[in-house]
Amino acid sequence: MTVDPIHQFEIKRYVDLLNFGGVQFSFTNAALFMFGIVAIIFFFLTYATRGRTLVPGRAQSAAEMSYEFIAKMVRDSAGSEGMVFFPLVFSLFTFVLVANVVGLIPYTFTVTAHLIVTAAMALLVIGTVIVYGFMRHGTHFLHLFVPSGVPAFLLPFLVIIEVVSFLSRPISLSLRLFANMLAGHIALKVFAFFVVGLASAGVVGWFGATLPFFMIVALYALELLVAMLQAYVFAVLTSIYLNDAIHPGH
Amino acid sequence: MMKSWKMTVALAMTGAALWGAPLFAASDHPSAPAAVVAQAAPPVGTAGQGTHEAAPAAAHGAAAGHAEDGHGKKSHFPPFDATTFASQLLWLVLSFGLLYLLMSRVALPRIGRILEERHDRIADDLEEAAKHKAESEAAQASYEKALAEARAKANSIAGETRNRLAADSEANRKSLEAGLAAKLATAEQSIASTKTEALTHVRGIAVDATHAIVSTLIGTSPAQADVEKAVDGALVKKDAA
Repeated sequence: MTVDPIHQFEIKRYVDLLNFGGVQFSFTNAALFMFGIVAIIFFFLTYATRGRTLVPGRAQSAAEMSYEFIAKMVRDSAGSEGMVFFPLVFSLFTFVLVANVVGLIPYTFTVTAHLIVTAAMALLVIGTVIVYGFMRHGTHFLHLFVPSGVPAFLLPFLVIIEVVSFLSRPISLSLRLFANMLAGHIALKVFAFFVVGLASAGVVGWFGATLPFFMIVALYALELLVAMLQAYVFAVLTSIYLNDAIHPGH
Repeated sequence: MMKSWKMTVALAMTGAALWGAPLFAASDHPSAPAAVVAQAAPPVGTAGQGTHEAAPAAAHGAAAGHAEDGHGKKSHFPPFDATTFASQLLWLVLSFGLLYLLMSRVALPRIGRILEERHDRIADDLEEAAKHKAESEAAQASYEKALAEARAKANSIAGETRNRLAADSEANRKSLEAGLAAKLATAEQSIASTKTEALTHVRGIAVDATHAIVSTLIGTSPAQADVEKAVDGALVKKDAA
């Protein structure tokens, strides 16, 4: 391990599978954590609901609350028709949430601190919006970019603005999550290096190390909040964007 | 504010990673504290990949090549390392697809069913409670109606009884009065007859008394016929008077 705050984001290749015209596919630590996340979500939800009791226990309450939380979010922002996307939003929310929280455990790997992963999820959302929007509304979906009740001379500018804002959505959606996770983990690591560095400098250093140590504790609490908040933000924005696919008119 | 701070850190770190990473690693070694040096002991090139026995030998070479490659295809900032993108995407698609499938087919319908069952159960219970309430209200209403009917019936029975009793007692009284009147009449009659009878005895008693008085007064007993004549005369006079 080097003194390197970005070492934690390194992709480790466990098994190389195939090399497809120079593109290497390998089973990596990222893959391991992705499947781990899926396993955690699935086993928690099935374990929590194993009793199917009328009066829920703690685990079942948590599962039901997550279900109702996301269901309400989707229904509030995309209407009851938006419930076709409920499994998608729920999957995205739980995946991001568990990825973020698991990533906070020391020595783990944070799947969502990789731009390619968050970008793929953001593109999945925007792709769903575009495909579903055209499937459902045909060319009427393009009214999304044409605000109604605007003077004709302003319309071209507004259409350009709308298109740009639409295209910037996947970028902001993916960068927000990625940057939050990355920055938080780097900051934690930097303070951890301060602790190690100062503590190795003798007795005075031991006292000096307490300050960054408490900083780590505070940052960790903040990062826990950020981990959950970012999952929530991702899910909320997803349901808001999906609303455009269902109701493209302004 | 928090976000902008983080963005700055992220950008700074990204910049450092992109431009200064080799420098970073190199400059650390001589000046690093003892503990850190001990951790950093393995050579930079094999630090990450060298320890994985599972990877084939070819991969070792490739990995080492990567790390030393520096500014080629591989970035020293892992999130921007394009050589890992294909694998990441592949596993993301597989794992997220699996998650979506498990959620939409198994977990969410299951939780949804539990919630629906509870919702139905509560609705059923409420409905049943409302039914019971309506039933009890109907029962109370019918009870009150029966009570009012019974009360009215009792009142009418009491009235009838009162009337009947009054009529009966009236009839009794009348018959009693009639009986009494008859008895009175009989008694009067018997009194009258007794009086008449007694009056018939008055002459005899008067005759006897006169006879005794006269005989006592004059010492000789008068003739019975004279006495009777005198008494009759007196009686006639008294009657006349």
